[in-house]
Amino acid sequence: MEHPLVVMEGIEKSFPGVQALKQGRFELRSGEVHALCGENGAGKSTLMKILAGIYPKDAGRVMVGGEEVTLSSPGAALKRGISIIHQELNLMPHLTVAQNIFIGREPTRGLRFWLDEQELNARTAALFERMHLKLDPQAIVGDLTIAMQQMVEIAKALSYNARVLIMDEPTAALTDTEIADLFTLIRQLRTHGTGIVHISHRLEELKQIADRVTVMRDGQYIDTLPIAEASIERIIRLMVGRTIYEERPSRPNLGETAPLLEVRGLSRGRAVQNVSFTLRRGEIVGISGLIGAGRTELARLIFGADRKERGEIVIAGRTVNINRPSDAVRHGIGYLSEDRKHFGLATGLNVEVNIAMAAFQKFLAPLGVVRQSAVEGNAIRHVRDLAIKTPSLQQEVRFLSGGNQQKVVIGKWLTADTEILIFDEPTRGIDVGAKAEIYKLMNELAARGKAILMISSELPEILRMSHRILVMCEGRLTGELRSDEATQERIMAFATQREAVL
Amino acid sequence: MIEPATNVKRSNLLPSGAIQQVLAFGALIVLVVVFSLASPNFLQFNNIVGILLATAVNGILALGVTFVIITGGIDLSIGTVMTFAAVMTGVFITNWGLPVWLGVLGGVLSGAAAGLVNGLVIAKLHIPPFIATLGMLNVAKGLALVIAELRPIYFNDDPAFNQIAMGSLLGMIVPGFEIPNAVLILFGLAFVASLILGRTVLGRYTYALGSNEEAARLSGVNVAVWKIAVYTLTGAFSGLAGVVIASRINSAQPALGQGYELDAIAAAVIGGTSLSGGKGTILGTIIGAFIISILTNGLRILSVPQEWQTVITGAIVVLAVYLDLVRRKR
Repeated sequence: MEHPLVVMEGIEKSFPGVQALKQGRFELRSGEVHALCGENGAGKSTLMKILAGIYPKDAGRVMVGGEEVTLSSPGAALKRGISIIHQELNLMPHLTVAQNIFIGREPTRGLRFWLDEQELNARTAALFERMHLKLDPQAIVGDLTIAMQQMVEIAKALSYNARVLIMDEPTAALTDTEIADLFTLIRQLRTHGTGIVHISHRLEELKQIADRVTVMRDGQYIDTLPIAEASIERIIRLMVGRTIYEERPSRPNLGETAPLLEVRGLSRGRAVQNVSFTLRRGEIVGISGLIGAGRTELARLIFGADRKERGEIVIAGRTVNINRPSDAVRHGIGYLSEDRKHFGLATGLNVEVNIAMAAFQKFLAPLGVVRQSAVEGNAIRHVRDLAIKTPSLQQEVRFLSGGNQQKVVIGKWLTADTEILIFDEPTRGIDVGAKAEIYKLMNELAARGKAILMISSELPEILRMSHRILVMCEGRLTGELRSDEATQERIMAFATQREAVL
Repeated sequence: MIEPATNVKRSNLLPSGAIQQVLAFGALIVLVVVFSLASPNFLQFNNIVGILLATAVNGILALGVTFVIITGGIDLSIGTVMTFAAVMTGVFITNWGLPVWLGVLGGVLSGAAAGLVNGLVIAKLHIPPFIATLGMLNVAKGLALVIAELRPIYFNDDPAFNQIAMGSLLGMIVPGFEIPNAVLILFGLAFVASLILGRTVLGRYTYALGSNEEAARLSGVNVAVWKIAVYTLTGAFSGLAGVVIASRINSAQPALGQGYELDAIAAAVIGGTSLSGGKGTILGTIIGAFIISILTNGLRILSVPQEWQTVITGAIVVLAVYLDLVRRKR
């Protein structure tokens, strides 16, 4: 029997603090489109970056055409005929299509210094001819649509005689007609014996293009199925697995109290499309979805960090105008970014200053003099209430643990009299013990009448914390579930629900 | 056949990038018309020669700095490197008594050497270009003063040297048409620069570095080497400017030079070279250099005090950068 194009076995990979891959496995045959599925953080991209020579592996074997290889750099992978097309395209927008494709390998005449532009364009035209692609080699890449730029990337990969083409979420930014074009091209490549790895969150799409599906979960290989046996329900079941559910406190529906926050038809480009929902006092609403679903973008719109194109925000029955974060703070909205170090804290400053920061005007005496005693008093209160573990109020926050940093951010928003708290990945980078404390704190805040919106990529966290769950996919709200009706499978089904099923 | 309906995102009447050039050219024409209406002296032959001569040195510096700006970098040291190169030329010709051609070559290489150091510091030590070349600005300034011992070096023993910039080949061919050679040198170098930028591997990577350095690196372009080459080339242009200015005033003035870098950068930016990289042309830079010298000349003819001329050029540079920003945002 002929060797498979690629075999990966026993692949291990750790990053500081996380084991990204445990016994990763993958097999790609010549002339197949192999879909790779899994939740956020399942290890799909890591596995493929190892194959493309971008990350070194810690352990395991990679075989290409039956021969064990070491892929120490993207260049080494290219030599073996392995090309990867990243989600963010790697092109030079100011250069032409042909100049991009042959960058670093320009045809030259005389001293290898003078460019042979004619030859360059001719080679590109010939390449497009083979791909049955109608595109002017001299078009400026920055003027092309994303879809066409992707075609240029594919052409570039093929110009290296790629036998393995890895595509990371190639359809995420494309319209349906553009996807159809892309699939036409992929089918052509398949008939020429190229093996294609297709990483995608869009499960409906796989039926159209994939021959086999491999599912990963938590950095591990789960299963590989021929597409005929892979129903969407089955893939989802494999993706979420049978996680042992942690305590699921009952979450009574809070009934018909008037909403504190109401969002109507909020839109911005493709990132957030016509999103409406309500949030009540005492309620924790979870927003679930896959990476790129537009959850953080939605939060940023509500907080005024980005400008909304349409829609309105109603707080306690009054329509409010939020154009910048300071407006949001004035209306009692606080945003706790997933990236605390960059957006949540001044890490070089101490605990008491950070806690006072969002409401400094409260601590000012006339002429802008800071009333130090008030800053301190406020900090003492929050450090006690939130059980922040810090040697002193003067400790720089960068020396605190992730969980305590998060508590400092919470203290900051409480100081600013925030009624609506938007938590973006509240427990990212926080260890298990501290997680429970953050959860407890969030529950207490809700019990005290705060309204909490929680974005999370961890399904168990969403299920454990939320009274209601909103699910987003590609900028749209695709589903809303009550706590008692939500399961991982149902959330996943909504999270992968594309607008137009092809 | 894949033939997408929406192949191109937007259609410009002009290729992207040409707009600023057309704008700049329009501004140039407007300036010429306004000044010639405002003063009968403006279009006098002598005044035109004055403008051309004034453009020569700044223009050569601007040609050089266009390359680094297209890579997304900057070179603040071009003015004082020019002075350093002028002083070195004086050392070679006057102090050492080398033949003129060898002294000129030495001057150009001195500029290139300073550029090479810039390139090494930026590409190998990863010092941001702004800081690295700010350092070189002072280093070159100090070296020029030290080497010249704080005094000008004169070229009185070698009358041929003065002829490099101030002789007139054209005047010899067409009597009465006494355009100094410095102007020919500017246009000659502009031609060379546009060949390098448009037709050579070095030019291609100049654009590639400014457009998306990471993409170029992932495609196997040796980013560091080409960056060093570009800064060296810019240094060589500063060296050429140093030879021309020394020849023009028949002396190497060690205290001259600072402030030239801003006019040269301004010329490139007015001509449509984007400070964020990836975009720029030699034609645009030449137009930009002429806009600056015509503006300076015209305002002087209209007796606008020098202080105000500086204010106006400053405002125009900011305007040009703003136009570039607006266009990029669309």
